[in-house]
Amino acid sequence: MSNIDETSPSREVALFVTCLVDLFRPTVGFASIKLLEDAGCQVHVPVRQTCCGQPAWNSGDRKDTLDIAKQVIEAFEKYEYVVAPSGSCAGMLKIHYPELFRDIPEWNQRSVQFSSKVFELTSFLTEILGVTEVKAKLNSKVTYHDACAGLRELNISGQPRQLLESVEGLSLHEMDDSEVCCGFGGTFAVKYSEISNSIVTEKTANIEKVTPDLLLAGDLGCLLNMAGKLKYQGSKIEVRHVAEVLADMCDGKPIAGRG
Amino acid sequence: MSSREKIMEKIKGSLRKKRTVHTSDEERRQAVLTRISEHPRGVIPASASLPKQDLLLQFSKKVQASEASFKLVKSYAKAAKEIMSYLQRHNLPPSIRMGSDYRLEKLVWEGVPPQLRYGPSDGQDLVCVSHAQGGVSETGTLVLTSGPENPTSLNFLPENHIVLLRKKDLQNSYENSWKALRAQYADEKLPRTVNMITGPSRSADIEQTLILGAHGPLRLHVIVIEGKK
Amino acid sequence: MKVSSPDFKNIASQALEDKQLQSALFHVRNNFTTKRTKARHDLPEFDALRDSARAIKDHTLAHLDFYLDHYEKKVIENGGKVHWAADAAEARGIIMDICRKTNARTVTKGKSMISEEIGLNEFLEANSIVPVETDLGEYIIQLRGENPSHIIAPAVHLNIDQVRDEFRKKHSHLSPNRPMVEPQTLLSEARQVLREKFLTADLGITGANFLVAETGSSLIVTNEGNGDLTQTLPRVHVVLASIEKIVPTLEDLAQITRVLARSATGQEMTVYSTLSTGPRRKQDVDGPEEYHVVLLDNGRSSMLGTEFAEMLRCIRCGACMNHCPVYQAVGGHAYGWVYPGPMGAVLTPSLIGVEQAGHLPNASTFCGRCEAVCPMHIPLPKMMRSWREREFEQHLEPAGHRRNLKLWAWFAKHRTLYRMVTSLAARMMAIRGGSSKRIKKLPMAEGWTKHRIMPAPEGATFMKLYKRRLRKGR
Repeated sequence: MSNIDETSPSREVALFVTCLVDLFRPTVGFASIKLLEDAGCQVHVPVRQTCCGQPAWNSGDRKDTLDIAKQVIEAFEKYEYVVAPSGSCAGMLKIHYPELFRDIPEWNQRSVQFSSKVFELTSFLTEILGVTEVKAKLNSKVTYHDACAGLRELNISGQPRQLLESVEGLSLHEMDDSEVCCGFGGTFAVKYSEISNSIVTEKTANIEKVTPDLLLAGDLGCLLNMAGKLKYQGSKIEVRHVAEVLADMCDGKPIAGRG
Repeated sequence: MSSREKIMEKIKGSLRKKRTVHTSDEERRQAVLTRISEHPRGVIPASASLPKQDLLLQFSKKVQASEASFKLVKSYAKAAKEIMSYLQRHNLPPSIRMGSDYRLEKLVWEGVPPQLRYGPSDGQDLVCVSHAQGGVSETGTLVLTSGPENPTSLNFLPENHIVLLRKKDLQNSYENSWKALRAQYADEKLPRTVNMITGPSRSADIEQTLILGAHGPLRLHVIVIEGKK
Repeated sequence: MKVSSPDFKNIASQALEDKQLQSALFHVRNNFTTKRTKARHDLPEFDALRDSARAIKDHTLAHLDFYLDHYEKKVIENGGKVHWAADAAEARGIIMDICRKTNARTVTKGKSMISEEIGLNEFLEANSIVPVETDLGEYIIQLRGENPSHIIAPAVHLNIDQVRDEFRKKHSHLSPNRPMVEPQTLLSEARQVLREKFLTADLGITGANFLVAETGSSLIVTNEGNGDLTQTLPRVHVVLASIEKIVPTLEDLAQITRVLARSATGQEMTVYSTLSTGPRRKQDVDGPEEYHVVLLDNGRSSMLGTEFAEMLRCIRCGACMNHCPVYQAVGGHAYGWVYPGPMGAVLTPSLIGVEQAGHLPNASTFCGRCEAVCPMHIPLPKMMRSWREREFEQHLEPAGHRRNLKLWAWFAKHRTLYRMVTSLAARMMAIRGGSSKRIKKLPMAEGWTKHRIMPAPEGATFMKLYKRRLRKGR
């Protein structure tokens, strides 16, 4: 529960679902909504969203990135806040959209204004809404992976940990090199699959060393990558998105680890 | 067009492309001359800003941390004694090479003096003695300048390098070291070589294992002379 | 140096299988990163110094023509000579010319990445001049006929057995049965062999970490002292440096050197930092009689004013590659030329063309660690992305990837169809995953599924489920 004054007007938050959550794990979307609503927000899910444009952006396809970005801005800019359960998508909207539109007269101001509304989920909860704890319970030994974009573009580090510490029964154990890349890198994992495999193998070794029950992170791309590898190695470690734990929605099957 | 002209043209052309503030060539030339003549200082760390009375301690700590050995003596006479003692400690024959630095003449030898050789090293010396121009306590670094007083080859060829330094020549920062150098060498005209030396030679090129005595001296011994208070 | 960057994937593949290399890279991963972290921690002003260093370089590059001009005047004033080389061939020719004019037969070399860039050693050898690498790492790889795999630790890919074997083979003047267990023994051997070369060399070539405009000086930093022996003992000293090595003043030098060694090896200062100004003076008893500086452009002037200009701030510390998960996985040889790691990924296309170096800026996860540790705040991922953009414009990427990407982008812009396709995909993948909820093979992503078991999606997309929920009235 947040310590939000009940009488303050509720914040209008538009949820940027992200294409991976939409396709692979809707639970994360619902967990995000629950967390935001519990913290007193009115959550909207603009229908005109598909993707933030990262695949095009990171492949050097500026034109398609622009088209997709315009679509996103048009769909979301009327809301007070835009929140995404992903450091890389939030980073794309917050940091890279202004870069993208910098030399385009009609859009540069608009993209800067838009970017000021964008937040990653856990940092929005702690830094904007002032949430200090969540009402969740999970008896589990947990380790947390710091997804790169969230960490380095948006300084996501302490925020998810702060909230995890408030989960009843949960103990957080840091792995070695939690801040080192998991090897996903979007298209990198497909284009340079062997190198990606080497990096994720290193990551899973660090995860295993902690002997956790559960692996968490704030980005589904990283989670699918690490979960896929852990499963391949026959590991029983469960993998979830941090939002699921914080929203106390761990009843469904994890990304990996069970079944 | 000479290569020089070609390169300069290219540079000017490329810079013109980018410039958002259109400063003239004359303004840019002036900016260069101004920076060079004013040589502004940047960020000076706290560790490079210690007062004079704290320099010796910092310097001795850093020197030893760099795997060099350190000894504080009161006078040149005592320094000579320390040099003899060093030779004995390391089972070295009583033979050293030096330059013609006038301060080295102040080394007064008790008993049988060591064999003294002068001039540049031929690679056969086990021990060379130099006098430093100064020291930088920020990193435990010796500053040695080339010349007949302290030939550069003496800094690199012997197995053992003994360096004398006057306590009063210690500076806290590189910036103050440059200041002292400029004063000594009348601004902008430096000697052939200024060596800044921090510890003995080493390499980690074999499996990241740190080993001393790569090509330069295996051992560096720093003797600081306190002098009159 | 021969270019094998187009072969990045194959060489990387072999590197991943190379157990010996992998164990050597393990040292890189643990050593360099820990040391840099400690050095940064021990200097509270570290980040402020990075900002200062960046500002100095930006200022210098914006006034590069005038700083070079001033620098040249000073070198000449101090009795040195300056030669300008527009490209690699010209630089080689100039150095060859100096060797001829000074009757140089044996040449010792301090470590110089620029000399690799211009292919100097092969050229000198073809002209009957013997260049001897004196940096221990460079010496070892010269014996092995290999290229450096790291810009400051060239032999970092080797283990001690390989060094032992090489010395046993090549130091034939020594007893073949001599004990060679300790690294110290190997070092002593190299020291002895190279000592002789130092003393008999006619000409010494060094690079320059920096050139100082104010005084017309060159600075080299080493831990071994090999650079100093290279530049002090022979009759002639040649400095080979690229034009962006200039810094304005000695104070500026202090700013940047405070972050250089700390970023590279975690040392506060390298053992030897040597400022050289001209040849020996009349009264000197040692030192070279001639001092030549060869200033190389080779593509730098064209980088100014472009989106790649910031790469010219690089001080060659190696921090980026030390912290890069890709470099840590495959080592430096995969990058196929002189400059490996993130800085290589950005610089190499500028110098040899993106057609040849295309893989390099693509083989990155954009984790951003390189930029985070760069002492000069170079936005490496951003510039790698710029290269990807250039490649996309020129249709240089594999056709399959471009097709898939265009397909994805098209759907992303056509929402209704996107919903249909994703709904279908979610359902199909859930079915394919079967009761075990696992997908063993994914079309368009075989590389992914080769090493991972793909968790099956939940069977419906979020948007569909959310729509349903809204209809039900929650």
